[in-house]
Amino acid sequence: MAITIELPHVGESVVEGTIGKWLKQPGDDVQRYEPLVEIVTDKVTMDVPSPVAGSLLKILAQEGETIPMGAPIAEMESADAPPPPTVPTAPPDIRPSPEVSRPVGTIGYLFQDVGPVGPTGGGPNDPAAVEFRELAPNETSKPARHSPAVRRLANEHNVDLSLVTGSGMGGRITRNDVLAFIKTGPAPSARTRTPSMPVISSTVKNDAAEPSGTPSESNEDEEQIPLTPVRRMIADAMVRSVSQIPHAWSTVEVDMTSLVALRVQIRDEFQRREGIDLTYLPFAIKALVESLKEYPTLNAVWGGDKIILKKRVNVGIAVAAPVGLVVPVIHSASQLSIAGLAAAARDLTLRARNNKLTLEDVQGGTFTLNNTGVLGSTISQPIINHPQAAILTTEAIQKRPVVRDDAIAIRSMMNICMSFDHRINDGAESGGFLMAVKSRLESMGPDTPIY
Amino acid sequence: MVVASVIEAIREALREEMRRNHDVFVLGEDVGQRGGVFLATQGLLEEFGGERVIDTPLAEASIMGIALGAAFRGMRPIPEVQFSDFVWPAVNQLIGEAARACYGTNGALNVPMVVRIPYGGGIRGGLFHSQNVEAMFFHTPGLKVIAPSTPYDAKGLLKSAIRDNNPVISLEHKKTYRLVRGEVPEEDYTLPIGLADVKRTGGAITTVSYGLMLHYCLEAAEQVSQEGIDVEVVDLRTLKPLDKKTILESVRKTGRLLIVHEDNLTGGVGAEVAAVAAAEAFDYLDAPISRLCGPDVPTMPFAETLEKAYMPDTVKVTEALRNLAAY
Repeated sequence: MAITIELPHVGESVVEGTIGKWLKQPGDDVQRYEPLVEIVTDKVTMDVPSPVAGSLLKILAQEGETIPMGAPIAEMESADAPPPPTVPTAPPDIRPSPEVSRPVGTIGYLFQDVGPVGPTGGGPNDPAAVEFRELAPNETSKPARHSPAVRRLANEHNVDLSLVTGSGMGGRITRNDVLAFIKTGPAPSARTRTPSMPVISSTVKNDAAEPSGTPSESNEDEEQIPLTPVRRMIADAMVRSVSQIPHAWSTVEVDMTSLVALRVQIRDEFQRREGIDLTYLPFAIKALVESLKEYPTLNAVWGGDKIILKKRVNVGIAVAAPVGLVVPVIHSASQLSIAGLAAAARDLTLRARNNKLTLEDVQGGTFTLNNTGVLGSTISQPIINHPQAAILTTEAIQKRPVVRDDAIAIRSMMNICMSFDHRINDGAESGGFLMAVKSRLESMGPDTPIY
Repeated sequence: MVVASVIEAIREALREEMRRNHDVFVLGEDVGQRGGVFLATQGLLEEFGGERVIDTPLAEASIMGIALGAAFRGMRPIPEVQFSDFVWPAVNQLIGEAARACYGTNGALNVPMVVRIPYGGGIRGGLFHSQNVEAMFFHTPGLKVIAPSTPYDAKGLLKSAIRDNNPVISLEHKKTYRLVRGEVPEEDYTLPIGLADVKRTGGAITTVSYGLMLHYCLEAAEQVSQEGIDVEVVDLRTLKPLDKKTILESVRKTGRLLIVHEDNLTGGVGAEVAAVAAAEAFDYLDAPISRLCGPDVPTMPFAETLEKAYMPDTVKVTEALRNLAAY
């Protein structure tokens, strides 16, 4: 039977379309959903698929003709059931709601379903019109997550709000909840011990995955240390990193002899002039940031369906602060000279040790550098600071016999180790990057400009 | 110390200041022979004579204009607007002239004038004897606005206002005239304009109010204290200049703010207090800022049931405090 095909509706605010090109001619067979015709609207150009299988009988709208949505464009012969008639999207009902029957007066009606008009809005058909309604008398608004007072207290006292139970409306954490938490700490547990004495616990129930928030009874075989908020934050961050990022690891040896010589040469002068000790850290950062310019995918973040390259290089330096590991960030490190990096690093380290870091100091890092060498480590396998692309360690500098020009030489050698996100980079980029860092460090010497 | 009502305290203030300074004089409708429709100026005509206590015609613009002229010449007039509802014809003299004179003449002219305005509802005054007019003067730079709630505050502030070289609008809630009694020192004392008063200390909620509502807030605070809600009540006393320091100190302490005033909600004094708290105590807020105010209705109704529905009262304040505490 003959079926009328109509121009379908494509969007709320699109009311008409222009026929572009007929893809089928009268007499052609048409599969269901096969494109019949191209139409052009002010929002989109698209193909209209046939709603039924059959053959095209007659074209009712010619190419170039502009017709409203819902108007007939063709007739088809088909054994299928005809498609349901398209419902035109009329403008929303702007008549007053039927219950209101009082005269207009100076107060007027309250219109239903009318979007903003005029310069601030696109009229009743504006899909961006925001729906606003008064809360019903029995409906309470859901409170926002944390009030300013709660956030401030949590910041000041390093409180992990996920540990605080809320006694406010809808389970909201109130200021008093946080104050109480600060006073009494998290769920009470057996005894508190000084953190310098780590304890190996041997629980009878070997429950490796149990959340440590729940206190269990202590016995004389074990001690329990309640988690500080920082400890918990570090733990969560580590778990997040290893569970989400596929870590790969590589290391190269760096000949630091020339750099050691430079430092010996200028260290005292630098201390006199700048008042700070010149360590190898600023040199490492310099080599790092310059290599990142060559290998931008190492200064990036995995974006799920894309890789996001970070334009600025903000280097985080791992510092052992009294509360635990913190990673303050030198922002735009590529803009600083070696002296500048030395000063910035010193300032952040001091403030970290005195618990005086601000939120800005620990945010925005794009790459992390960890000086494990100062602890004596010669090789490390660091965990990436999620969501960065890689983390680099500088290990201990040791004088070692190495082969140079087919002879044994005693050189100051230092390993640099890198864990990297293998989703973003492969061995080629990461290897290239490591070699770039190595060659920069090895080329630093008495000619290297400090300022 | 004597115990006096608000109207008695006001009368005493006028008398003491008129004795103290011969430039001080009073003018207004019915202030002389009648002694004022609220008896605020009772006995003053007998003591100070007709040149210092002047009965005027029913002409607010003229009353204010004459007072303005006298102030320009160095006198210290205290014009009275019999009911706040009548102040509108005088507004041009007050806002268009008095508020601007010092600024406009670069200090050459001062306006040492106090405009006494009985205001407020809850006395079945209806459309023309109940209005709250503070918002307009609060909004005008160049004016000071005081609104005491107790006899002690009323006397001290009025005396300060009379001694002040600037134009001061003195708002007196007519329902407090006789209803509120309190201790008043017998000796000479003044209270500084621009300083709020914490009338009740507490840790959980800050309530900011003035006028008659202040007393409802105190009653409500007492009531909810038995439910474990500890309310601090701040009496603004002066609307302008606003004592931001006292308000912010309190809000930072409690984290929750309820503002109560009889004046219409939108654009009232409470809106400014809320904006200041939101801007300058943001990190201390533990709940959205609450306002309990007169509804946005063109006038206080005359019917008793409607007036009761309009006016905030102790029950409504208690309800608001409970809701805020529960947030």
